Amino acid sequence: MIVRKSLLTLALAAGLSALGASAASAEVLFWSTQGNTVEESQAMRDQVLSGFEAGADFQGSESGPWITRIEAELQAGSGKIGVLGSLHGSFISLSDGLADLSDMDTTGVNSTFLELGKLGTDEQKYIPWMQATYIMAANKKALEHLPDGADVMALTYDQLIDWAKNMADATGSNKFGFPAGPKGLKHRFFQGYLYPSYTNSMVSQFRSPEAEEAWNKFKELWSYTNPGSTNFSFMQEQLLTDEVWVAFDHTARLADAFNQRPDDFIGFPAPAGPTGRGFMPVVVGIGVPSTAPDMEGAKELISYLSQPETQIATLRATNFFPVVDVELPDDMPPAVQLSGAAIAAMSGADDANPGLLPVGLGDLGGKFNAVYVDSFERIVLGGQDVREVLDDQADTLRALMEEAGAPCWAPDVASDGPCPVE
Amino acid sequence: MYSRKLPYLLLLPSALFLCVFFLYPFVLVAWQAFVTDTGELTSEYFMEMATHWKFNTALINTLLLALAVVPFQIVLALYMATLVNGMKRGRDLILYIWTIPLGISDLAAGIIWLAIFEQTGFLNSFMQSLGFIEEPIGFLGYQNKGTIFVAIMLAEIWRATAIVLVILVAGMGLIPKEYYEAAEVFGASRWKQFTRITLPMLKPSLQTAMILRVILAFEVFAVVVALGGTNLPVLMGEIYTWQYDLRDSSVAAAYALVVLAISIGFTLLIMWGLRTPKGARV
Repeated sequence: MIVRKSLLTLALAAGLSALGASAASAEVLFWSTQGNTVEESQAMRDQVLSGFEAGADFQGSESGPWITRIEAELQAGSGKIGVLGSLHGSFISLSDGLADLSDMDTTGVNSTFLELGKLGTDEQKYIPWMQATYIMAANKKALEHLPDGADVMALTYDQLIDWAKNMADATGSNKFGFPAGPKGLKHRFFQGYLYPSYTNSMVSQFRSPEAEEAWNKFKELWSYTNPGSTNFSFMQEQLLTDEVWVAFDHTARLADAFNQRPDDFIGFPAPAGPTGRGFMPVVVGIGVPSTAPDMEGAKELISYLSQPETQIATLRATNFFPVVDVELPDDMPPAVQLSGAAIAAMSGADDANPGLLPVGLGDLGGKFNAVYVDSFERIVLGGQDVREVLDDQADTLRALMEEAGAPCWAPDVASDGPCPVE
Repeated sequence: MYSRKLPYLLLLPSALFLCVFFLYPFVLVAWQAFVTDTGELTSEYFMEMATHWKFNTALINTLLLALAVVPFQIVLALYMATLVNGMKRGRDLILYIWTIPLGISDLAAGIIWLAIFEQTGFLNSFMQSLGFIEEPIGFLGYQNKGTIFVAIMLAEIWRATAIVLVILVAGMGLIPKEYYEAAEVFGASRWKQFTRITLPMLKPSLQTAMILRVILAFEVFAVVVALGGTNLPVLMGEIYTWQYDLRDSSVAAAYALVVLAISIGFTLLIMWGLRTPKGARV
């Protein structure tokens, strides 16, 4: 009986606080997939949004619930969400429900990213908010095992393999780590790093002889990769336990390692292959749903977030980098400095070959990723024949591209119809 | 007060409940698996499911797991139930202790066993401290599918034997003592009493327990996810992947119908195998 009573009190209290919240909701509700951990949400509220006069209510969420709620509001034709924050890819499926932001002042905002924000329409569907990418990180102990003549800031895939082998020989265990766990971002490595570096393509050359070579190279690297990698999802954890010395991951998933032991780690660019140094910039955008209760307030929040000072505060809060021209102050956290150096070296390299996140796939994004993950699981983990797997997965990929009708994106050459898989 | 209609009236709420929350969603799922967006009947989704390279592995893994876990659990639970029934004192206490894992969610059970088998887990640090091994062993790595399988088996047996036990203990309580007394008069051994009285009289309870366990075994999910990640695909895991990662509800629905079909198939098999002739019921 006591239990039931306290439950009732709890429910009442929850109801009352919900009432209280809605009473004070002149604030703009900022519904975001980024910054959804407790620490980051708090930092967003305290350090980033506290300066916004009209007030903003920041709510971080996983991407599943995020999309479910906004879809429900759009279907209902009315809602509470004022501003949406998410990855480029999540905006694509919402395209029809987004208000046009063309009338906003976007001077100083990265023009490539602005173009992406149009989602292939004439309207500005979202404004770029922040960016990140995937880089490499190394424990300084690993540097002495670098192969002769290798420059860590300009490695090739062959040198990376030699390096991983040297470390394995010297320590008796495999010290290269790869985020191949269930929540790891391995597919981005294949899409934005391995494929552009070997085939100058992400989609059209999927089953080319060059792709076959790329997968064989990766198999070689895998033989010196920590076998626990299939359980690794955030490489900062294994870097901090010294289980792994060299790793590839998203900057936000390396930040803890850099911040906790800044003197022990370095960040460096991804390696280069025959067709350049493939890398994948990640763009996060902010948009306004057509159902926003206060359109003007939402737009004000967006221009507030685009100001240089706010962009720097956001960088401190989330480890995502600005998309507007800003001068970074010297007192930034170690993770920002270390990854900033790697990103600058990577995007500024002569052989830089950026591969964008998939565009125009809508709901099929998950299946697109699965093509690369399945190839990895079959070729590398399952030891199946590379040629056969690529031919088989290429059929799936072709069917997907045709179903989505998505034209090619960089580094693939633009196509008229759906991106062809040759 | 009493009328012929009363039993039906009393059954009505639960029947309605089942219709709304089971039958109706079930029809929707079946519809999703067989009908395209444009309303045409299709086997396309089943083809996509069956030709996907993971389907056979997932099906075989699920069946193997059920085969490895359920018979072991039945035998173990039979043994435990006999022990409990033979106890004069402390019977309830032992029963409560043995059923503790029943109160733990399957994900939590998976995580408990993960803490044991992880590379930095209890088993590795235990063996390391005793000097059996120098470097921690990656029991749950992709190249150790066998160990992953055994770990899942252990977790499942630990977690779900109790439900079988509870049913069997209740069933044994229903067997009239007279049979055993008669058997003792004729000098039957304990083993003979078990095989000739307990087992046959326990058939209805065994049937219930096995059906329940087999169906649950085909729905194994959280324990596998916790211990194996994507290294050991099972049918339920594939349903989740298709629904949430690949966002294709139709293929997920096709998978769900496969699980349903297997469950129904095995239920019928068990009902037939352990049927009790009408005249022989207590």
